Amino acid sequence: MTTPVLRHDGADPPDAAVARGEAAFRAARARRRRATLLGLALLAACLLASAWMSEVRPATLAEGLPRVGDYFHRILPTLRWPVLLAGSETEGSLASWFYRLDSWAWLLFETANMAALATLLGAGAALLLAFPAARNLGAGTLAMQLARRGLEAMRTVPEIVFALILVWAFGVGPLAGILAIALHTAGALGKLFAEAIENAAMGPWEGVRAAGGSWAQGCRFAILPQVLPNLLSYALLRFEINLRSASVIGFVGGGGIGEELYTVIAQNYYEEISAIVVLILLAVAAIDLLSERLRHRVIGAVGGAA
Amino acid sequence: MDAAGYAMLELQGLTRRFGATLAVDQVSLAVPAGQMLGIIGRSGAGKSTLLRLLNRLIEPTSGRILSEGREVTALRGRALRAWRRDCAMVFQQFNLVQRLDVLGNVLIGRLAHQHGLRRALVLLAGAFTAGERAMALAALERFGLLEVALQRAETLSGGQQQRVALCRALLQQPRLILADEPIASLDPANARVVMEALRQVNREEGITVLVNLHHLDTAREYCDRILAMQAGRVVFDGAPAALDAARVREIYGISEEEFAAEAAARAEAGRAAA
Repeated sequence: MTTPVLRHDGADPPDAAVARGEAAFRAARARRRRATLLGLALLAACLLASAWMSEVRPATLAEGLPRVGDYFHRILPTLRWPVLLAGSETEGSLASWFYRLDSWAWLLFETANMAALATLLGAGAALLLAFPAARNLGAGTLAMQLARRGLEAMRTVPEIVFALILVWAFGVGPLAGILAIALHTAGALGKLFAEAIENAAMGPWEGVRAAGGSWAQGCRFAILPQVLPNLLSYALLRFEINLRSASVIGFVGGGGIGEELYTVIAQNYYEEISAIVVLILLAVAAIDLLSERLRHRVIGAVGGAA
Repeated sequence: MDAAGYAMLELQGLTRRFGATLAVDQVSLAVPAGQMLGIIGRSGAGKSTLLRLLNRLIEPTSGRILSEGREVTALRGRALRAWRRDCAMVFQQFNLVQRLDVLGNVLIGRLAHQHGLRRALVLLAGAFTAGERAMALAALERFGLLEVALQRAETLSGGQQQRVALCRALLQQPRLILADEPIASLDPANARVVMEALRQVNREEGITVLVNLHHLDTAREYCDRILAMQAGRVVFDGAPAALDAARVREIYGISEEEFAAEAAARAEAGRAAA
């Protein structure tokens, strides 16, 4: 599509020029609208096709939805007001709902530790790979391809798959879970880190290189100070995501609260399911709040002495 | 020329082509040690490309650069970094790390002097020595910047930032300084301060200075020798006094006032960009 050219030949009286401009504007607007409509129609067609292929049918949906509600109804605890704060021996009290709070809290703590370690390991690996992966720093073609393809592989394979492999190698327990999440984190963060690096100003890079600085020194002294707040912010966001991942990685033997959650779901210990889910929600919300505060402080504070 | 008869810099038929344009066209000249050489020319004359070629930020299409008899254009790896350390660059837009403090920016000048374990330690932990910090602080004190040493570079005015960049250059302990339009983004008062500083390091430390300028007056006032470029070629090479109004008109086809007006307009644009 070509835009009509508004030629000024000086011969037009002013209102004729306005009319010509308005006509051009209308033509351009009409074209834009046709393109938008066509795009929306295509999108709708794709959606319908994919729903049909993945067997999402309105009837099935209508039939199944109430059962979701049923399940939630079942896992709800039966709490009774008069004895809400009574001991765990009393049926209907909060304490009896969370009667295994001590071991769950410990498992949750272990889960948070797993998430923290995995984030740290993954972010470290991502940092090392992001510099060669960034297009603007001119690492060799081989190094760049290796870094980019490596990061892709790490983030394309789901954590659960990594966990299954690693459980087979290292046995059931947190180590397999941590490594699995770390691998996926490295891939996901590495891409974001590389994009942040690609957006950095190149003047400082030129300054360091022109002073005889090596490639690594350029990364460390010209680029890192610029992108560090961004990278920390991404890593903290990833920590929240990893807490959720760490909560389910136990389903396949990766340690943490997931193993317990899997057991109670499999055994239909309904009230315990809701208790554990509530605990996970609380933990995620707490970390959410904490990391947001941390992120804001970090963005303000980074960039002091070299 | 030094005792062996070698010049600080010798350019032999230096040429750089960008697509169909010859940015630098067959430039040959010798610069003796300790000279303050001003390079003038209108925008696009190839001044900037010439300085970047000398620091090897860009590669020549053909021709050679020699320094004291050594072929600079053949250097690779560590030897190339050592050459860049020896010919410090000062840029129009300063090229400081804005989020880093002033002291950290100046210390970047020491990077190419570090080797082995020290280099690794600085890379990992930013562990500059007290001696290196002393050098940096002394340089900052010399240009009246000690008070802002711990501020981020982004909080400084353009004139201050250019002086920080000059401190960074001096910490390289260079034999040459290549200044690419160092005052084009500065107001007149700050431009004077920076030019005075360049003259000072040229006279007191004997550092050879090549400086791109687009004000003829500035070039005449500060430089021992002036090179005028036009379309990639050197069209004048001589003493400042020889570049009079008649000569300028002959070279550029415009009067000196028009040349100055053009320079002023560019400086305005430069300040807006900085």
